[in-house]
Amino acid sequence: MTAARLLRLARMGLKDMLRHKMRAFLTTLGVVFGVASVIAMLAVGEGASRQALLQISRLGARNLILYSQKPAADTQPAASQSSMLALYGLQYEDELRIRESIPGVVRTVPVRWMRKETWYRDRKLELRLVATTPDWFDLVNRPLLAGRVLTADDMTRREPVCVLTEYGARRLLAGTEIVGEIVSIGNVPFRVVGIVRNEESAGAVQTPDLPTDAYTPLPVCRERFGDITVVAETGSRAMELVPLHQILVEIRSLEEVEPAARAIETMLRRFHKREDYRLSVPLALLREAETTRRTFNIVLGSIAGISLLVGGIGIMNIMLASVTERTREIGIRRAIGARRSHIILQFLVETSVLSGIGGIIGLALGMMIPLLITRLSGMPTYIPPWSLLLSFSISVLIGIVFGLYPALQAARLDPIEALRHE
Amino acid sequence: MTDTVIRLESVVKIYRIGTVDVPALRGISLEFLRGSFTAIMGPSGSGKSTLLNVIGCLDRPTSGRYFLEGRDVAGLDDNARSDLRLHHLGFVFQSFNLIPQLTVLENVELPLFYQDIPPTESRQRALEMLEMVGLSDRTHHRPVELSGGQQQRAAIARALTTNPSFILADEPTGNLDSATGQQIMELLANLHQRGRTIVMVTHEPDIAAWAKRRVLMRDGLVHAIQDSIP
Repeated sequence: MTAARLLRLARMGLKDMLRHKMRAFLTTLGVVFGVASVIAMLAVGEGASRQALLQISRLGARNLILYSQKPAADTQPAASQSSMLALYGLQYEDELRIRESIPGVVRTVPVRWMRKETWYRDRKLELRLVATTPDWFDLVNRPLLAGRVLTADDMTRREPVCVLTEYGARRLLAGTEIVGEIVSIGNVPFRVVGIVRNEESAGAVQTPDLPTDAYTPLPVCRERFGDITVVAETGSRAMELVPLHQILVEIRSLEEVEPAARAIETMLRRFHKREDYRLSVPLALLREAETTRRTFNIVLGSIAGISLLVGGIGIMNIMLASVTERTREIGIRRAIGARRSHIILQFLVETSVLSGIGGIIGLALGMMIPLLITRLSGMPTYIPPWSLLLSFSISVLIGIVFGLYPALQAARLDPIEALRHE
Repeated sequence: MTDTVIRLESVVKIYRIGTVDVPALRGISLEFLRGSFTAIMGPSGSGKSTLLNVIGCLDRPTSGRYFLEGRDVAGLDDNARSDLRLHHLGFVFQSFNLIPQLTVLENVELPLFYQDIPPTESRQRALEMLEMVGLSDRTHHRPVELSGGQQQRAAIARALTTNPSFILADEPTGNLDSATGQQIMELLANLHQRGRTIVMVTHEPDIAAWAKRRVLMRDGLVHAIQDSIP
């Protein structure tokens, strides 16, 4: 069997179909919609999960984030409740212990923050002053727009310098020219040394940074503002002593992330009487999102698969009808000298061509639907290249599988019986 | 040149219809020489078409032996019989049996397609055959657009494209008026003159008269054999 003959068989099948346009059209319709729905559904599923994954990966898959949190009220001893100072959260010692004793930890970044009224010329804005170390900018990777980020030099010189976000600068009605200018943060004059781009943290995933951050060296903040924060709560004002609001932990490799997270939790439980901290593991979120995505894809995929199956049954139906209709033709071909395998091949090629054409139209339609969805509803969609390959090969496979039975029926016919058929 | 190319030895063919065995051939022994022109005659139900189908390797005898060019073909499997039909036998049917959705040219090319002949060569050969039967101006018509005689000529062209040694014709003029039938018979006689072995089934004596030898059948048996005086 040569490739040239297959080609001629395919051409013959094609010609035959052109003579039965309506029949061919109806047959392929099932495959067209099957393929299109597989692609469209996978694109919607992939689009949603990609967005989630992107957000999570911005947190850094090798990072762990520890947050301080106010412990539940009922665990507070009565004595400390009456005193105005609430004492909780992550300690400087915690950071040191994590860095020194947890295996796999590359570095840690301490973070302290407070809300401060900020003035630039006559513009006022409430910023979150984030006191941290230069390592912050390595772990929370945000593009630098102008100037520079914090350096080790800033840590030792203890001058009041800060890095603004693009959003913060815009809210102060300033562009990149604000670099080098003085802004007043909590009545302390800070020199702006750089601007970073901030990420809009959309969705359920929490990023460690906010759009209204201003970054400053940790020693500067402690020197100027102390360790006690005044928080305005409903009706009253409370004072809090929270040494660190956040500790970012970078782990050497992905494999060590989860063991390190467990070790950190065990250690913190020993040193903290109350649950005044929270550990967030982006990698775990990532895994969870992957699992959700897989489930989602399987559900959508099987719905679409059923429509492909229906398309296949349609093809089988038409091919069976065509075998009956063409019994005499089969008899003639056999009398001329066609082998059984020639007849099988002829019918198989015809169904393959039918489902192949249906598949191609389905591909085009399937690529258009996600574009339309995004255009009309703004829902993110993404067509993974493998989904095109998958749905197309499934459609051809279905054509072959469902075409096989009619083809075998056709070849089984006795040539004399077939010739007598009217 | 007078060697035996078809030899049947006590060929029996029994059809099973439901639970009843219906004998169509009840022991036929016949020989056909190379280049002979034989007509098989007999009333309907005498088994003449069954005999032609056995000779044409479309049907297998229930018992008995069948030698085609010295080769025992009675026991061959389906593929081998297909290949014999493809390379050595050409069929001409009463109802022409052209494939309606193919053009005349495509119909004539069909056996060459199964022989895996390259398209340009097979086109060339099919056109030559169509010219020989006088249908050069009808190559791209569909069979329904042709008269009965033209259709039969196309069918003969199709039977001839593979250059087979045997032409098997089953009532070739049965669906034609006598004038057209005359033309078809002239064509067959012409092929006989060129050395082809022809076996033709007919029940019309004036058609059978074209053959050099007549086999009369009755009830699945050879009743008589008439040879024309050379």
